[in-house]
Amino acid sequence: MIRVLTATKRRPDGAALTIAVALALLGGLLVWQAAVIPDKGGYAGIGSGALPRFIGIGLFALSAAHLWTAVKTGADPIARPHMGPVVWIVGGLLLQILLLRSAGFSIASGLLFALTAAGFGRRRLLVTVPVGVGLALAIYGVFDQLLKLKLPAGLLETLIFGG
Amino acid sequence: MSTFDFLLQGLAVASDPMILLYALIGVTLGTAVGVLPGIGPALTVALLLPVTYGLDPAGSLIMFAGIYYGGMYGGSTTSILLNTPGESASIVTALEGNKMARAGRGGPALATAAIGSFVAGLIATLALAFLAPYVVKLALVFGPREYFALMMLAFVTVSAAFGDSAMKGLTSLFIGLALALVGIDQLTGQARLSFGVPELLDGVEVTTLAVALFAIGEALFVASQGQRAEDGIIAIKGSVWMTRADWARSWKPWLRGTVIGFPIGAMPAGGAEIGTLLSYAAEKRLTKHPEEFGHGAIEGVAGPEAANNASAAGTLVPLLTLGLPTSATAAILLAGFQQFGLQPGPLLFATSPQLVWGLIASLLIANVMLLVLNLPLIRLWVSLLMIPRPWLYAGILLFATLGTIGMNPSPVELSMLLVFGILGFLMRLYGYPIAPAVVGLILGPMAEQQLRRALAISQGDWSTLVSTPVAAGILLAATLALVVPWIMRLRGKGAVLAQLAADED
Repeated sequence: MIRVLTATKRRPDGAALTIAVALALLGGLLVWQAAVIPDKGGYAGIGSGALPRFIGIGLFALSAAHLWTAVKTGADPIARPHMGPVVWIVGGLLLQILLLRSAGFSIASGLLFALTAAGFGRRRLLVTVPVGVGLALAIYGVFDQLLKLKLPAGLLETLIFGG
Repeated sequence: MSTFDFLLQGLAVASDPMILLYALIGVTLGTAVGVLPGIGPALTVALLLPVTYGLDPAGSLIMFAGIYYGGMYGGSTTSILLNTPGESASIVTALEGNKMARAGRGGPALATAAIGSFVAGLIATLALAFLAPYVVKLALVFGPREYFALMMLAFVTVSAAFGDSAMKGLTSLFIGLALALVGIDQLTGQARLSFGVPELLDGVEVTTLAVALFAIGEALFVASQGQRAEDGIIAIKGSVWMTRADWARSWKPWLRGTVIGFPIGAMPAGGAEIGTLLSYAAEKRLTKHPEEFGHGAIEGVAGPEAANNASAAGTLVPLLTLGLPTSATAAILLAGFQQFGLQPGPLLFATSPQLVWGLIASLLIANVMLLVLNLPLIRLWVSLLMIPRPWLYAGILLFATLGTIGMNPSPVELSMLLVFGILGFLMRLYGYPIAPAVVGLILGPMAEQQLRRALAISQGDWSTLVSTPVAAGILLAATLALVVPWIMRLRGKGAVLAQLAADED
C-alpha cells in the first residue's frame, strides 16, 4: 500500500469522530431492538434480546474508544483517495442493480465491466462495453446453460440461448 | 481402525477420476488467484460457493481445499517476481525472494519456494491426519462452555492480538457480530433486526459479506489510489533448477518452517502470516551467511514459504475437528461445509469418514499436482501478471456479482453487496482489518448458541463458564491475548505487532 502523506496538524481526527458517531448509532440501534424483542429468558436467563444488547454495549465502548483516540492522538495520515474512479465503479454496480431485471444479466453486467474498466483508466466505452457484454454472455452460457445456475435472462439471452 | 487405514481409505476416495478432476481444477484456480494480485483464496472460494450448489459435496470441498493450498503456492510467484505479494502470507517471501530475482536468481527462488511448499504441505497434511483423531477425542469431552471459550479465544486472536490497533480489529469484529444478529434467532425463532424486510429474515450471507469486503472493497480501494508507478515484472533468467548448494541451504529451512508453521496454524491464532515471520526470524539467526540476508538469501525464501503452507494445513485442524475457523479463508471453507448441510466437528469424523478422510487424502494428491503445476509451468503463471489492471479488476467485479446473482438475484441482496463493498473500501482506507468482520459473522451465531446452551444447562448461573479447568484456562488465554498486546502497545512496542498483522487471508 502506498501512503500519501498529508500535512497533519495535531487536530482532532475528523474520520475517527465520524466513525465514533456511526458506531454509537449502530450500538443504539441494537440496544433499542434488544429492548423491543420479547425476551423471556427461559432456563438460560437470557434469550433472543441478550446478544443484541451485549454487542450494542460493546459498540458503545468502541465508540468511546474512538472518541478518546480522536481527541488524544489526532489524525493519522491516510492515503488520500481519488474519488473519481470510486464513483465510476459504484455507478457501475448501481446500474447493474437497476438494469438486471429489465435488461438481463449480460447487458447489466457488461456495463458494470465497462464502468469498472473506466474507473481503472480504460475510458473507451465503445471498446469496453462490447467486450464486457460479450464476456458476460459467455459466462451466462457456461453458468446458466452448463452449470444450471439461475441467472436473470433478458432480450439478449433469450435471442441467443432461447427461452 | 487406525489413522493409517482411514488414510488409505481416503486415498481410495480421492483417486476417483472425478474427484481428481475437482482437485485439479481447485489447485489450478488456486495457483492462478494466488499469482494474481488483488484476489486471494478466501475470495475465490466465496465466489465459487454459489456456483457449486448443485455439484457433489465431496468434490466441491476438495476443490475448495485445493484452492486454499494452490493460493499459498501461487502467492510466492508474485512476491518473488513483482515484489507485490499476491496474498498476505507471502509478504515475507518478497523480502528475500525479490532481491534474489533482481540478482538474476529468480529461478532458484521460485524452485525453493515451490519445493519447500511441497515438503511442508506433505508433512503438515500427514500431521493433520495423525493429529485430527486425537483432537476429535478431546473434543468429545468439550461441552458448550468449552466451545464458547474457544470461540472467545478465536475472536481475540483474529481481531485484537496482532495488527497496529486492537481498537480497529475489535471494531471490525463487532461489525461482523452485529451483522450476524440480523435474521431469525436459531434457538427461539425470534426475528431480529430485520425491520419487516423479508429478505433480511435469512440473515446476511457470509459469502455476500466476504465477496463485498474482499472483492468490491479491494477494487474500490485500489482504484482510489490512482495510477501508480508499477514495479516491473522481473523476467526469469536461466534455469529454474536449484544448484547443489541451493539444496544444501534449503532443506533445513523447509523442515524448520514446517515445524514452526504447523502448530501456529493449528492453534486458534490467526492466519498464516505469523508463522512466516517467525520462520524468517529463525532463519536469519541460524544462517551461516548472515551477510546475504536483505540481499537475497535463499534460506529467507525457503523457510517462510514452508511455514506458510504448513500453517494452511494447520488451520484445517481446528476447522475439521472443532468446526472452528481461525482465518478468513477457513471461515469461508466453513460456509462451504454448511452450504452442503455438513457441520465440521467430531461428529463429521463419525458420520462421514469417507468425506473427511477423502478430503485429507486429496490434499496429499493436491500437493503433488501443485509441484508439477508450479515448477515446469512457472512461465505460464508469470504471464498472468501481464493482464492489464482495468481488465483484471473489471473481470473480478463481474465474477463477484455473478456469485450473488446466481445465489439470489434480488435487488436487496445486490444492494447489500454494494453497501458492504463501500464499507470494505472505507475500512481499508482507514486501516481497519477485514478478516475479523468475516470471522465475526460466521462465528458469532455459533458462539451465541454455545453461550445460551451453557447458561441453560446451568440454569442461568454465569459462573458455569469458568467452572472447568479447560474452559477457565482458554478464557484466561483469551484475556491474556487481549491484555498483553495492549500493554505492549502502551509501552511503545506496537511496531512488532503491527508487522504481525493478519491482513487478508
